[in-house]
Amino acid sequence: MKARVIVTLKSAVLDPQGKAIEGALRSLGVAGVQSVRQGKVFDVELAGNDRAAAEGALKEACDKLLANTVIETYKVEFAE
Amino acid sequence: MKPAVILFPGSNREQDAVRALRLVSGAKPQVVWHAEHELPKGTDLVVLPGGFSYGDYLRCGAIAARANIMEAVRAHAARGGLVLGICNGFQILCEAGLLPGVLVRNARLRFVCREVLLRVERADTPFTKAYRKGELIRIPVAHGEGNYTADEATIARIEGEGRVAFRYARPDSRIDETDGPNGAINGIAGIYSEKFNVLGMMPHPENYIEPEIGPTDGRGLFESLAGALKAA
Repeated sequence: MKARVIVTLKSAVLDPQGKAIEGALRSLGVAGVQSVRQGKVFDVELAGNDRAAAEGALKEACDKLLANTVIETYKVEFAE
Repeated sequence: MKPAVILFPGSNREQDAVRALRLVSGAKPQVVWHAEHELPKGTDLVVLPGGFSYGDYLRCGAIAARANIMEAVRAHAARGGLVLGICNGFQILCEAGLLPGVLVRNARLRFVCREVLLRVERADTPFTKAYRKGELIRIPVAHGEGNYTADEATIARIEGEGRVAFRYARPDSRIDETDGPNGAINGIAGIYSEKFNVLGMMPHPENYIEPEIGPTDGRGLFESLAGALKAA
């Protein structure tokens, strides 16, 4: 089973890297960019086909390591 | 005094810490590999040194914070044992949950390597007895992710409990976050745990201990530790 974990900064947390990227896109003349926030993507392969077990394992992975929940939130998407 | 300096893959300041503990504290520190499960018998101080553990992969300190030895460090801290985290060591302590908050990218996105002025916020802890409260000391910093932050409630709690160890200060002793090296909230350069036995700080006191090299304002911290652990 394949899943994608997306970790992003909480909206209240400043993202200077996103800001710098936003500025670079503007200076490149890319039209209509209002704001950019940077995050991380983890593509995870899981053994078996038990969706509930996989969700549990990924939640554990996020809480224990993949995200720092002081400043980040995460969501999990499963590939169909 | 029996210090243990933990070595993670990518640590690079462990010998600086060892040297400061030898020269100033008069100790014979042991270097302990991160994969170990136990600290040497009788360890009374754990130092997490600076560097780039695991190449700063994922988040600074995130993977080191989950190393085997950290369970022993956690138990040591829970018993009231002293723990000092410098730079990457501070990041590891935050990631391990031994200190609140987190260190994020410097506000101006630059790696900052220079001397800063620190205001010593209290001189009644095992780490700072050799200083005076409010004293300004010169200590170098070298980091890209030293911007301390936490949610409002946590900051209010830390401030209310007097747990800020050092702040980046101006020569007139005022605190100005926009002036500091990294944008840290309230100019926070180092914080204590609830029981004041764990200290995390971004600046490197271990690098200012020898007159041949420059200022020696870092000695006070290692003298304080020696004093605290001799008395114990």
